[in-house]
Amino acid sequence: MSAFVALDGVSHAYGGAAGGTLAIEGLSIAVEEGEFAAVVGPSGCGKSTLMKLATGLQFPFKGSVQVAGEPVTKPVKIAGMAFQAPTLLPWRTTLENLLLPLEIVQPHRSELRRRRNEYVARAKNLLTSVGLRDQGDKYPWELSGGMQQRTSLCRALIHSPQLLMLDEPFGALDAFTREELWCVIRDLHAARKITVILVTHDLREAVFLADRVFVMSSRPGRIVAERRIELPRPRDLEVTFTQGFQDIVHELRAHIVKARQ
Amino acid sequence: MTRTAVLIRLSPWLFTVALLAVWEGAVRFFKIPMFFLPPPTAVAQAFIEYSGPLARNSWVTLETTLIGFALAVGFGLLLGLLVGWSRAIYAGLYPLMIGFNAIPKVAVVPILVLWFGIGFIPAVLTAFLISFFPIVVNVATGLATIEPELEDVLKALGASKFDIMQKVGIPRTLPYFFGSLKVAITLAFVGSVISESVASNNGIGNLMLQAQAQFQVPLIFAGLVALAIEGIAMYAAMAMLERRMTGWAQRSGFAQS
Repeated sequence: MSAFVALDGVSHAYGGAAGGTLAIEGLSIAVEEGEFAAVVGPSGCGKSTLMKLATGLQFPFKGSVQVAGEPVTKPVKIAGMAFQAPTLLPWRTTLENLLLPLEIVQPHRSELRRRRNEYVARAKNLLTSVGLRDQGDKYPWELSGGMQQRTSLCRALIHSPQLLMLDEPFGALDAFTREELWCVIRDLHAARKITVILVTHDLREAVFLADRVFVMSSRPGRIVAERRIELPRPRDLEVTFTQGFQDIVHELRAHIVKARQ
Repeated sequence: MTRTAVLIRLSPWLFTVALLAVWEGAVRFFKIPMFFLPPPTAVAQAFIEYSGPLARNSWVTLETTLIGFALAVGFGLLLGLLVGWSRAIYAGLYPLMIGFNAIPKVAVVPILVLWFGIGFIPAVLTAFLISFFPIVVNVATGLATIEPELEDVLKALGASKFDIMQKVGIPRTLPYFFGSLKVAITLAFVGSVISESVASNNGIGNLMLQAQAQFQVPLIFAGLVALAIEGIAMYAAMAMLERRMTGWAQRSGFAQS
């Protein structure tokens, strides 16, 4: 079976092909369908570039990118994205923010008017599943940072994407809220069997959530190590305090230290 | 109401009365002649005496200003969206607009008179020319500051540039747009009065010019007062519109503390 997301020997530069600054060089990565992959690396190693290539927002000058068996030549549309900043629209309520992707992506776009009640129900269910029941009528600025980030996750999932791309989505949150949201993501992944690519610099986060962790080198980025995380699922937060967990984090940390040099 | 709240409510009136008192006192104390600086009481007297012509001409000025302002809103909005839409258009038009904005509009009035004759049209056009610039700049700024991440989220879903403009760009530009209206309406008054005092037979600008020719100095000042009243009223109207349309953008307590 070929991988669901496959980047093969990919190089990408900003500021015009080979002449510009290389963001990533000769990067190969393959993520299976339904897998939870985490990409870690030193800051500025081109992790976000990886996201943009995998979703078809940018195209490499060398190498190939395939998603769901198709070469990527335009935005992939089967992906949902969430970033460190929740980027919610302040003039829309939480619920209206969730409906935004459905106003854009087909086939929902043409059916929105007819099936509006169904979509609203779906959005409410999604909000309930991340612990935001009855918060739909509030404006984003009436919500706490963690609640905004949950909303942002819901927005990424509302059109039932097959691929979820997360770019340091918990980076700006306090430690407790972050761990809470780890569990939210863990449960969403388990319930929906969705493929997730999480870009992060938090090793504990990567090990707790992922099936496989990829370590990137400093710029120009490529994959220097790959580690399968065999911890049994469902994982409880307690697992992060076990020796086995700590050992994996240590091992990955050694890779990062080497990658920074 | 607490004492501070009462004070804040009253303070605009207190300051105005204090200014008038200082003015009146200074004119009397230094024995400043009437044709140089009339005291507020003389201005008020002129205001009442000439209330008919003042009202008539104020109305003309207001009409001129509002038509020029409406043109500026339409044109400024369109141009702002265009400039914000594409970097190439932005790069091409910006130096031209800066240059155009730097030209004192009083210097343009003779040309307008040459084309349209004296009167109503040059005044409307001057009001328009002087007030569209802040609208363009603000609308373009609103569009230019869309968060790139949000753009990515929507693009990855297959959103066209037009979709992004419609769903994100225009709504987020509205606070900038309505904010710029307060500046633009004030400038529009400046424009129409400039043109009226150079090339018109009507309006407050013209009335003040005639009063000057006849040395009716209190009437000149009464004209200024009439303009100030109109200006404040229009500004207040725009500020109210802004609050109603974009309440979501004005939740900061910064200015209240």
